[in-house]
Amino acid sequence: MSEHEQFADDLALYALDGLRGEDRARMDAHLATCAACRLELEQLRGDTALLALSAAGPRPPQRARQRLLDAVAREARVARVPQTSTRAPWWGWLGWAATAAVVVFALSLWRENTALQQSLASMSSRAGESRRELEELRRVAAPILDPEAQRVTLVSTKAAPQPQGKAFYLRNRSSLVFLANNMPALPPRKAYELWLIPVNGAPIPAGVFKPDAHGSASVVNPLLPAAVEAKAFAITVEDETGATAPTMPILMMGAGE
Amino acid sequence: MAQLYDRYSSIVYAVALRVLGDTGAAEDVLQEVFLQLWRKPSAFDAARGSLGSWLAVITRNRAIDFLRKRRPETDIDDVVLSVAPDLAGDAERARAAEKVRGVIGTMAPAQRSALEMAYWEGMSHSEIADKTGEPLGTVKTRIRSGLIALRKAFQG
Repeated sequence: MSEHEQFADDLALYALDGLRGEDRARMDAHLATCAACRLELEQLRGDTALLALSAAGPRPPQRARQRLLDAVAREARVARVPQTSTRAPWWGWLGWAATAAVVVFALSLWRENTALQQSLASMSSRAGESRRELEELRRVAAPILDPEAQRVTLVSTKAAPQPQGKAFYLRNRSSLVFLANNMPALPPRKAYELWLIPVNGAPIPAGVFKPDAHGSASVVNPLLPAAVEAKAFAITVEDETGATAPTMPILMMGAGE
Repeated sequence: MAQLYDRYSSIVYAVALRVLGDTGAAEDVLQEVFLQLWRKPSAFDAARGSLGSWLAVITRNRAIDFLRKRRPETDIDDVVLSVAPDLAGDAERARAAEKVRGVIGTMAPAQRSALEMAYWEGMSHSEIADKTGEPLGTVKTRIRSGLIALRKAFQG
């Protein structure tokens, strides 16, 4: 009996989250060193997902939806406070947290009218351009907030998941906001290029960007053809002037969620 | 989040309700699972499996924790899974669910019972062995071979 076979039955229990105490610690230690068992664990978890699917029942009550969205909005407001305190990237390092700043601000525009008025008045008195700024914010935030927006998460094609990009695309407005973080530094005169992969036809350039010192970057409303249906988004490394066709390999790619 | 909710709340709620048998508790788990996803979307690795499958596993584990009044021991980051069939759409999930029910229906009663006690009731293999009077090793093997039988049904 091989070492893996000795662990096989316990691995199934582990996949069911059913191993506790010493048994679990022993399995954790083994998994840390055994790729074959990690792979089998992933498959066993996949098997448990199939089992979960056999559950059938009524849809959740309508109130549950509103309760969740209210909770998300509450947390988004709380998340607003620390973002200006350091030089860290303002969208943090996560996809959703990544958008929280913009979402929160936009929520404040639309939901917190009092705060909005004060904020706008302040901006207006300082710059006299509050309306234009508001319109710009609305325009930028639209792909993130509009329920019709296509949301695409791009992840590294390699095993390490750290680099992450999130694209918010509103097809009917040809409007795209893309946020990335933990992007590796680039060689001189090179840049990342974002590509919109249409359902039909060749990849369309959707902006060239370079990450900052924190590995964060963004692309806001690049020039795109009208109303292209996106199948996916991808990222390649190109000359900093950009390319008209992607140079292999594709580093990151994601389809709609 | 609203889009994700509209797409996956049915499966999440169904799993939670099946485990807990109580609509209020199932709602609480539903809320917690989606909030966890909102707080930490990077926990889901889009390169592996569908979000629906991942949420189903997370939900089942959380519902069992809730049922057994214990703290979660597995971080959602660590729940990585690979599922052979594409379960992204409602139709695929419905077909897969039908197939899973078919496979479970063909299992020997002792195996089906061990698998269901472990999965839907969160019973440990020791508890199942105590309840059924079967050796621990037999219970473990039944659970594992039951899971693998499901996998094989989707590989053919």
